[in-house]
Amino acid sequence: MRFLPQTEESVRSMLAAIGVDGLDDLFRDVPAELRATANVDLAAGLPESETLRRLRELAVRNDGASALSFLGAGAYPHFVPAAVDNLLQRAEFYSAYTPYQPEVSQGTLQAIFEFQSMVAMLLGLDVANASMYDGASAAAEAALMALRVQRKRERLIVARSLHPQYRQVLETYLQGVRDAELVEVGFAADGRIDSAALEQMLDDRAAAVIVGTPNFFGVIEDVAAIARLAARRGALVVTATAEAMALAAVRSPGELGADIAVAEGQSLGVPLSYGGPGVGLFAARDRHVRSLPGRLVGEALDSDGRRGYVLTLATREQHIRRERATSNICTNQGLIALAVTVYLSLMGKEGLRRVGLVNLQRAHRAQALLAKGAVQARFTAPFFNEFSLRVKDVDATLRRARDAGIVAGVPLGEWYPELADCLLVAVTEEHSQAEIERLAEVVA
Amino acid sequence: MSGMGRSLRDKQSGLLLDEPLIFERSRSGQMGVDVAMDADGGEDLLPEELRRGAIDGMPEVSEPEVVRHFLRLSQWNLSAATTFYPLGSCTMKYNPIANEAAARIPGFANLHPMTPDDMAQGALELMFELQAMLAEVSGMDAVSLQPAAGAQGELTGMKMIRAYHRDRGDTRRTVLIPASAHGTNPASAALCGYEVQQLEGNSLGVVEAAAVRRAIGPHVAALMITNPNTLGIFEREIAQVAEVVHGAGGLVYLDGANFNALMGVAKPGHMGADVLQFNLHKTFSTPHGGGGPGAGPVGVREVLADYLPNPRIVRDGDRWRWRDAAPKSIGRVRSFHGNFGMFVRAYTYIKALGGDGLMRATRMAVLNANYLRARLQETYHLAVKGLCMHECVLTDRHLEPTGIKTLDVAKRLLDHGFYAPTIYFPLVVAGALMIEPTESESLETLDQFVAAMEAIAREARENPDAIHAAPTLTPVGRLDEARAARNPVLRWRAAAPAADDPAGDGD
Repeated sequence: MRFLPQTEESVRSMLAAIGVDGLDDLFRDVPAELRATANVDLAAGLPESETLRRLRELAVRNDGASALSFLGAGAYPHFVPAAVDNLLQRAEFYSAYTPYQPEVSQGTLQAIFEFQSMVAMLLGLDVANASMYDGASAAAEAALMALRVQRKRERLIVARSLHPQYRQVLETYLQGVRDAELVEVGFAADGRIDSAALEQMLDDRAAAVIVGTPNFFGVIEDVAAIARLAARRGALVVTATAEAMALAAVRSPGELGADIAVAEGQSLGVPLSYGGPGVGLFAARDRHVRSLPGRLVGEALDSDGRRGYVLTLATREQHIRRERATSNICTNQGLIALAVTVYLSLMGKEGLRRVGLVNLQRAHRAQALLAKGAVQARFTAPFFNEFSLRVKDVDATLRRARDAGIVAGVPLGEWYPELADCLLVAVTEEHSQAEIERLAEVVA
Repeated sequence: MSGMGRSLRDKQSGLLLDEPLIFERSRSGQMGVDVAMDADGGEDLLPEELRRGAIDGMPEVSEPEVVRHFLRLSQWNLSAATTFYPLGSCTMKYNPIANEAAARIPGFANLHPMTPDDMAQGALELMFELQAMLAEVSGMDAVSLQPAAGAQGELTGMKMIRAYHRDRGDTRRTVLIPASAHGTNPASAALCGYEVQQLEGNSLGVVEAAAVRRAIGPHVAALMITNPNTLGIFEREIAQVAEVVHGAGGLVYLDGANFNALMGVAKPGHMGADVLQFNLHKTFSTPHGGGGPGAGPVGVREVLADYLPNPRIVRDGDRWRWRDAAPKSIGRVRSFHGNFGMFVRAYTYIKALGGDGLMRATRMAVLNANYLRARLQETYHLAVKGLCMHECVLTDRHLEPTGIKTLDVAKRLLDHGFYAPTIYFPLVVAGALMIEPTESESLETLDQFVAAMEAIAREARENPDAIHAAPTLTPVGRLDEARAARNPVLRWRAAAPAADDPAGDGD
């Protein structure tokens, strides 16, 4: 077996050093009846060439991976510079663990410190953690944090337009959390949150308003207005951004008044990979830092005054605080956080601004091209790179597109019966003008 | 040694060149990517109050400088690929390069999670087959791959247990957890609204059925137990323990963090476990990534199968489909389908090893751990006498007269070119050094590690000051963690943010 370096001879000498006769003797503490039924009945191992052949056979049956696709809905195709994956394949990064020994983990620690800095800038808030699993669980952790911060308040007002899977994860996380209550606020005709209904629902029991921006329909919410309403009743504002690329072009949640902002970072240097791994970005204000979930890296000095980085404020965490921890998270998405850090370093201040504008331009051009005749833009509020179209027959449109080798978008009816005639279309810098025109031909 | 360390640390030469923060490499006007614009402008597509210009503080660095920056950072890490990494309970085994190649096959890497099922058949089949393989190794009846990491697997399992009891109108409020458990166990139980009642192990660290019998009652929803436990000892009364819990109407959560000791040795499904999580990044060789991504699939017995996260993969004619097929599902714990890229890697690993290879991996891991235990148990105090499974726990007790403590031993090991064991865990052992060699290490490497541990014990008696000064051959010396936590600096900030711009965002 190519991964096992012990020779028969070394096995014999090791058994002698241990003082047992054979390998089976190492397991004499395991009850015989358990050992008797423990055989692993799987096919024999394969050489690398055969293993990879099997994997390629499976991969080729994912014809969606090579189709012209306008799918978004929380995962987006964006260009990833070759340097990102090359650096990710440094085994010094990928085969290290959580940096418990800082003196020999400065590479990971400094990269996470840079990640935290960039995430805080992107989201426009003071402090970001070292990552969460994904945007959805980050939103759920933000909800739990809001309940911690707002001690006497137990109600969370969640926008119906928040990504449906984020809402599902939120519901799961809140099962068993004492007195917590989720209530839903609908959306208005323009696709934004129904602010009149929100105003009604906000009272002194409301811990937080949780809103997606851009929301599931691609619509950018008026976070500033939501924050004004929430502030009047002492509720926090939590924003969840499923398309992090929007942060390159749209004013940051923090600047608009969000108290906690989370995002799915997949768009920033990470392949689609059937939806994972991505990375949850999580940021908040300084005054809430000791309520944050997850790991934090901070600056430190060694005995000679050299600057270095360490895991810090660990007394919030499960390995110290156990059942009183702010979260149970341990392993997070370290390597994907590194991908985001390398991506943002390469794109930089100007590249990021430009790619944000290219997304904005192409998506708006596409929407103008598509929304003609019987096909209409469903919502009127501003959008970034994703929009909802009302079409005559969603199924027929999708079928026509499929016949032309195109995955035209996500049908909204699965989650929103009231939008059963709508298609959600994402257009990024990866879609050429010619490809957008192909889509327009089949959708028309 | 320390003199040499100082000269190496001037960071002006050799292998320890200084590397500033990426922000400090920033020069106005630089870019690491050329982004072609279709046309100028576009800002006016958004109303003014929503527009964002370039983000102040974002780096402005050319591609070669970015590459050099991160390459240099990588060189400041010890890793399982470069170094023996005996971090107990973390199973730092070799991450096969072929796993990385497989995950990057375009048919996997470029597949969108909302792809219609019939255009993602390869992914669905891979996941279904991986579920079946995990079920076979563990003796469980059904598997969901959705949880993103071990702790999220625990959370999923405990939510299912809660749903199971509530379904019966049962409002049990307590979860029993041994004192030796990982911190994620009580944290996950608490997240489900449970109160944690601590169980003490016997002198061998093992949970006895008698102790569980004393603690059990109609208030107990579940027992969370790690097997082998965090002392590396097999819970030999596990079947009787499970019987006691089941007899009182409770369920058994088995923490699969130490599953690397069990393949071909004992199946949790036969021990009475109702649910467990697999840590694919431990047992099934997907990389730890400096702290993730992991993957924490859950396996359940029939009794909990209806509560698994939705959606499930089902067979529909000759096709695989996603369906909300678990009728009493707790719902979702993660968006989309879990950390799919990790499933590809774990699948590749299992295919490469086969059933025999997995069983051999466990045997070699246990052999390596027992070899280190046998070689080191004179020099260091062994927490529990006798055979161990995949890891052993030593302590600093023998070094007490020298004033050298576990932390010092760990730091000196870094100078010897080894990563340190897990230290001060489990909490039930004072001054614990928890060593897990995995199956990936050769006898020669283990002997080098033994020699280093012996040298440190000698040095503790002869020259303890040298150990107190350790590490000296690392880019930085011991870092002042207490001070870092008192005045936390958690991000870089552009110089002198304006007084009216508290976020330092600047735009």
